[in-house]
Formats: sequence, C-alpha cells, structure tokens
Amino acid sequence: MEFFRISRDLPFMRYARTTVFLSLVLFAIAVAALVTRGLNLNVDFTGGTVIEVQFPKPTSPSAIRRLLVANRYTHARVENYGTASKVLIRLPTEATKSKALAVSVLRLIAAHDPGASLRSVEYVGPEVGSELADQGALALLFVALGITIYLTLRFEWRFAVGAIIATIHDVVIVLGVFALFHVSFSLTVLAAVLAVLGYSVNDTVVVFDRIRENFRRMRTGTTGEIIDSAITRTLSRTIMTHLLTQMMVLSMLFLGGPVLFGFALAMTVGIVVGTYGSVLVASPIVMWLGLTREDLVPRKSAAAERP
Amino acid sequence: MNQYPWWKNAFIGLVVLLGLIYALPNLYGDNPAVEIRAAHGATVNHATVVQVQQMLAGAQLPYKRISRVGKGVQVRFARAGVQLRARDLISQKLGPGFQTALALAPADPAWLRALGARPMYLGLDLRGGVHFLLKVDMHTALRKALVEDARALRKALRRHHIRYREARLDRAGMIHLRFRHQAQVHEAQSLMAQRFTDLSVTSAPDHGLHAVLTRAAILDKRHYALEQNLTALRRRVNELGVAAPVIQQEGHSRIVVELPGVEDIARAKEILGRTATLEIHMVDGKDSVARAVSSGPPPGTRVYHDRRGQPILLYRRVLYSGDDITNASTGVDPQSGQPVVNITLNGRGAAVNARVTRRSVGQRMAVVYVEVQSHLKRNDQGVPVRGPDGRRVRVTRKIEQVITAPVIREALGGNFQITGIGSIRQARNLALLLRAGALAAPVSIIAERTVGPSLGAANIARGFYATLIGFLAIAVFMAIYYRVFGFLAAVALASNVVLLVAVLSILQATLTLPGIAGIALTVGMAIDANVLIFERIREELRNKNTPQAAIATGFERAMGTIVDSNMTTLIAGLALFWLGSGSVRGFAITLCLGILTSLFSAILVTRALVNAVYGRRRRLAHLGI
Repeated sequence: MEFFRISRDLPFMRYARTTVFLSLVLFAIAVAALVTRGLNLNVDFTGGTVIEVQFPKPTSPSAIRRLLVANRYTHARVENYGTASKVLIRLPTEATKSKALAVSVLRLIAAHDPGASLRSVEYVGPEVGSELADQGALALLFVALGITIYLTLRFEWRFAVGAIIATIHDVVIVLGVFALFHVSFSLTVLAAVLAVLGYSVNDTVVVFDRIRENFRRMRTGTTGEIIDSAITRTLSRTIMTHLLTQMMVLSMLFLGGPVLFGFALAMTVGIVVGTYGSVLVASPIVMWLGLTREDLVPRKSAAAERP
Repeated sequence: MNQYPWWKNAFIGLVVLLGLIYALPNLYGDNPAVEIRAAHGATVNHATVVQVQQMLAGAQLPYKRISRVGKGVQVRFARAGVQLRARDLISQKLGPGFQTALALAPADPAWLRALGARPMYLGLDLRGGVHFLLKVDMHTALRKALVEDARALRKALRRHHIRYREARLDRAGMIHLRFRHQAQVHEAQSLMAQRFTDLSVTSAPDHGLHAVLTRAAILDKRHYALEQNLTALRRRVNELGVAAPVIQQEGHSRIVVELPGVEDIARAKEILGRTATLEIHMVDGKDSVARAVSSGPPPGTRVYHDRRGQPILLYRRVLYSGDDITNASTGVDPQSGQPVVNITLNGRGAAVNARVTRRSVGQRMAVVYVEVQSHLKRNDQGVPVRGPDGRRVRVTRKIEQVITAPVIREALGGNFQITGIGSIRQARNLALLLRAGALAAPVSIIAERTVGPSLGAANIARGFYATLIGFLAIAVFMAIYYRVFGFLAAVALASNVVLLVAVLSILQATLTLPGIAGIALTVGMAIDANVLIFERIREELRNKNTPQAAIATGFERAMGTIVDSNMTTLIAGLALFWLGSGSVRGFAITLCLGILTSLFSAILVTRALVNAVYGRRRRLAHLGI
C-alpha cells in the first residue's frame, strides 16, 4: 500500500507567503490568548494545596464550597473532576497556614459525608513553585540554544535560524491552545512542551537533510525548486511518521486518564503544528535568508585558494 | 548480498535476549507482605513461623507464603487489606519482643533474582503514598556549630590559662574575643591557628580578635548537617515501618522523602519533622530558685521550666545527651501505672552516669527535653514577614522542658528509666525520637503530595492500556502499509520496548506516569526511523535499483538523517533531565534512553530481521514493501 505516489514535485515554495502568513495569524492568536488570558498554571507552579476527594455519589461542588467557606476557607475553589462524584478542592498558599490543612479539610468533609475518601493531596510551597517556573523557562531557553548550536555545526546558520523560528512558532501555538481553552498547565505539560520542541526540530532536520542532499545531487534548479523537491520526497515519511506517533498520543489522550490528558493534548497539538511548521515555515525562512548552492557545496577551488 | 557477519547477528540476538530477561521481573508485580524481626530479647526461629501460621489460621486470614528471610520472617498476602489486618494481629499477639513492618515483596521467581534482574521501582503516582520535599534549615545548623565552637574555644583558652575579658558569639555568627594585653592576643591567635582551623581570625581594636567560620568550614558543616539529617530521617522512617521508602538528597539543602502506602500522614509528618533530643543536667539544690528568677541565676546555672511551668535551677553543664542513648523503649511503671521510657546508654554515657551518680546520691538530676522548631514569622494578619533581602523570615524556637527531676537514690549505670512523661502516646513518640537520633538541623516541609492507593492503581492501568493500544495500532498500521517490512518493524519496535524496560530496570529507575508517557512517546519516535528507512528503500526501488541494492542503500542513506534528527530530541531530553526534578526527570530519563534503544532496534534489529528474510536470496525480484 502506498498513499503518496507523487511523480512531480509539488510547488510548496510558490505558496510560501500564504503558508507563512497563515502561521503568523495562528501565532498572533496564540500570543493574544497568552497575553489576555494567560496560562492556567496549576499548583506545581503557583504553590498551594489541591485535594482530590472521591464521594460515594454525585456531589455538587457548590455544597462543598459552602461547607468550606462556612469554616473560614474563604478562598477555596471547588470543582468536579472527571466524574460527578469526584471533587477537586484548591486552596491558595495564603490559606495554607498550617501543614495540617489537608487533614482538617478532610475532617470537615468526612463529617459532611462519611463515605468520602481521599484520593490525593498535593501541597507545593511558594518557593518551590516559583523555582519550577524559573527552571521551566530556563530549560526552554537551553534547549533552543543547544539545538541552534548543533544545527549550526551540522548544517549552516540559516538552517539553525529557520529551525529555531519554526520551533518557537510551534511551542507558542501549543501554549496558546492551553491559554485559549484554559486547560490546566502542569509540570507534566511543560515536559510535553519540551518534548514537542525536540520533536518538531527532529522533523525539520529531516527536511533540511534532504535539502542539503538535493543541493549536492541536483545540478540545476533554483533554491525554491530544490526545496520543493526535498519536501515532496520526504512528504510521505513526514505524514506517515506523524500519523503513527499521533496514534500513540491519541491513545494516551483518550485512555490515559486526567493526569496524562494535558501531556497528550500538548503532544497532539504539537505534532500537528510541528509538521506544518517544519515543512511550511522553516523551509521558506531558509529560502528567504538567501541560501544558495555555494553555502552547502564546498567549491572545488576552495582548497586551491588557500595560501 | 545483505548479510551481517555471524558475530553481529549473535550480538544482536544476545542483547535482545538479555533485554527479555531483565525486563521480565516487571511482569510479576509484588505482593503485600508483613516482615517480622526480633527486637530485643527475642529470637525469630521455626517456632515463630509456626506461631504466626496458627495465628493467621485462627483469624482466617489467608496468606500466600510464609518464609524465613534473613533473620526475620516474611508473610506474603494476596491483598493489602488482609496485610494490614494481619500486621495488627501479629504485632498484638507476638508482643513487644518483635517488630513488625509492612513491606512489598517482589513476586518474581528466584532464578531471576539470582541473575540480578529486578523490577523497576514504581513511583508514588503509580503505587500511592506520600511524597515530602523537606528543606533543611542550614542557618540553624551553622548556628549550632558556631555555638559549639565558641564553647570549645572558651574551654581551650581557660585550659591554656589565657584569660579573656570577653568571648561572645553575636547574632551574625561572629565570635568576639577581648583580652587585657597584646601578649594574650598573640597567644590566643597561635592557639586558634593550631586548634581551630575552621575559624578565620582577624584582629580587632582594643586587644580584640574576631573569628568567623571559613568558607570551607561552612560548606563542610552544611554537608555534615545534610548527611546527618539523611541518616536520622532514614532511621525514623525505619521506625515507622514503611516498605521501600525513598530518602534522597536533592540539591544542596533539600531532602526528598517518599513513603509508599502510608495512610497516616499526620503522624508521618510529626515523626519526620521533629528535632528532639534529651540533655541530662544536675539540679542546683544549694541556691534559691526564687532569687535566680528575680535577680538572675548564679554563674554556671540557668533557670529551666518543667511541664507545669514551674522554674527549676539547673547547672548549665550537660552531663550527656541524646547522642549517648543507644536504645529507648516504652513500658509501664508497675507501681504507679504511669508510662515510662527505659533508656540504655553507650559506654561514654554509662561511665559519666556512674561517676556522677555515685558522687551525688541524694541530689537531683534533671532530664531536659530539647526540641528546635522552625516556622515562618508572621505578622498579625498571618501573612509571612519578609526580611530586607526579600526572603521570608524564619524563626527558630528552642523548646527546653524539664521532663522529670528525680532524686538519685543509688549509683546508676547504663540503664535507667524516665518517668512523668504524660500519656502512653507521648512516651512512645519520645522513645522513637530518642532511638532514631536527633536531626542536626530543623527541617520544614516545602512540598507534599499524597496519592491514594486506588488512584495509583488506576494510573498504572490507564498508562499501560494507553501504551498497549497505541502500540497495537502502530503495529497493525505498519504491517498493512509496509507489509513484510512493516511487520518486521513492529517486531523490532517490540524489542525496543523490551530493551527500554530492561535498561530502566537495570538502572533501578523509578517508573512514574510521565515515565510511561515517555515510553509511549519513544515508541512513536522509534517508528520514525523505520519509516525513514522504508521510504528510502521504496524510493530506491522506484529509481530501478535491484531489491538487494535498494535495501543496502536505503539503510545507509537514512542513517545520517536518523542520527541528526534524534540528536535534537536528545538535546531536549538532556536539558529536561538537567533542570527537571521528580517526575519530569523520570520522563527525561525514559526519553533519552528510549532514543538510544530505538536507534539500536530500528537500525540493527530491523536490519538483522530484513537480512534474515531477504538477505540470502540471490535472485530477488520483488520486495514486500
């Protein structure tokens, strides 16, 4: 079986302006969402206490909230989690006066409904939270830097710039989706975002590798034509790989439960955007940066020119 | 022809076989178990085994296996509920001569263990339990060291007859010394240069000297405090009887404590966080307590208070402290019915005790309970107060309380009793803390996570099924799309999962839910290498190459691309490992190792399989791709 029997190279670079423009629009929406709505950072980053309680029957969050407010936990946020009989209680750091907080909250709830059982408690001190946020930002920065250096050494600086811009575009759009739909952003999601970073560059490298090879093999043709040929030749692989990885990620999204949901969502969006970005954003940038055959194919006379 | 030399095939086969063996223990899981050890005065023997068997049979608690393990007895159960009931029963019936602890016994067969194959350790999100991140209060640790240094310095000066006018430690951690003559200053300086190498000394006006800890000494003391706290925490956790706990250093001043299966969080916290010890002082019976309270205590003494707040005058000198206590257990005083703590001292403590008590029969001796508590300073609204450097201000409070001050009736030796403690629970906690040793510095909990056991089991099931379904979908799709080659790739992909699990097991890594996600993701990424290779082979075939040549060129050409593209993911993984902690680190480890195993499986294993199917045929007209 073969989905892609493409005999002629598809003219991707002719539509480069359109594809990049589309990306810019998505990018702008993502940035707007990040600025106006912000990320819904979870307790890992903000600090505070999150308590997950399982009730024997469906329980309305507002009843629990009233109970907590009546007992001085005025800042408690209560919501259903997964099913109607599971409740998630969030308490900000200021309310966390004593370490026994979770215990006293549970005692309240047990008095209200003796069948309730604790599923999980998470307490993150403020100092740990902000430290994690810093480390996360630092990790993003280092990965971007490391990849740029690697690509500059292995390829050429134009490729490194193209790959990094495309990757930043992917990551920002993934973050934008989390901001736009107000999905909880946890440490695990951050890990997924970093994995998207690596993954999306991985993809870009495959296309770049072919571009370099084409420059060496094809004697004629403009830079645009050579890039078109590289994208067309790798298109089958690009789509196949993403389809297969997406199968795994979707399996996690639907079957992995609430903890893996955020992770899988970031990967799902990341794979789709990453495919688009590596093919239709990174390559045009390399072209516009003025890549020529001479940048990649060492001129024969180069050795002779040396004194 | 596409053939690997025999040794290469043998090598690949061997690696996969080893992978299978070392991945195997993970399939068996583990049994909840109860471990019985002899405490003091009792021995565990065959009679104990029979006794426990009869107990369990009498209570109709089914068990899987009972066996002698090392110096103890281990009973395995099918379910955790039975385990808990059995533990209560056994510890109640066997009495105080035995210690019982909950444990998780790996259910893998003995031959695998003999090969050193062990299952991965499951993280808390998968098995349930409590995770604490503790911060060691280094400020207090350094302060304690300085107080000790200042005391030793005074003593040394006195012993060398260098008379000083002042020797005090200020709040900033500097020791101020003042003398009458410059000659004494020089003498003190040379003494300090010889004996107090961890102090850096500068001269001060008015025949004075200033001494502070050197940088090296500070680092050393911090390291020591951390090490000592780790040791003490380990002993405390052992006392709690938790199976497979994790107590690890994280960074320069933090400690991670993971207690799988612990339900009583409040007690765990209380035991972990307390920094208690005992000090034994002599009571000053000559001077009036009332005058000491009103106009200051006589030199060498200090006013302490007992539990009811009554003042009592003690000599400052500590005869011996909690460090000299080798054992402590609870009991009940037969006469009064009050709880008591029985204490056993080490050689040094026993010698001091014997000497002092012989001399002072008829006088009183005081047992002082010392606990250092540290908490955030808060203003009237309960908001933490911040210092000038923007950090939250911590207040350490030293609680010193005279538990009891009995009259010495006779010369004591290495064993004695403390009475007047209060409730049995308090006595038990005191004995536990004394046994487990004091923390060098107070710790505070800065993050905490509790996962209920039902959630842990649900997480494992979800992670496992998500990966399995995803894997099957990929395998089926590959086999349809790339036919024979796709099927071979699916086999290689399975070997990748096996190898990754084997490597993680050999490294004894902790498997977390993000770790499972990492394994799943690796499967997705590993298939990328195969897709790259197969697309190349198809391309070569389209270019009218012979099948054998297409296979060879396809693998060869795809190689560079595969390495380049995986390198970038590896960079991301390494950054995650470097900067991440806890579960993110688990994800990073699986991702990085997964890239390495996937390179092996996608390139070498697939090639070996393809060679086995097609490599020998000379006249190969068609490839199943």
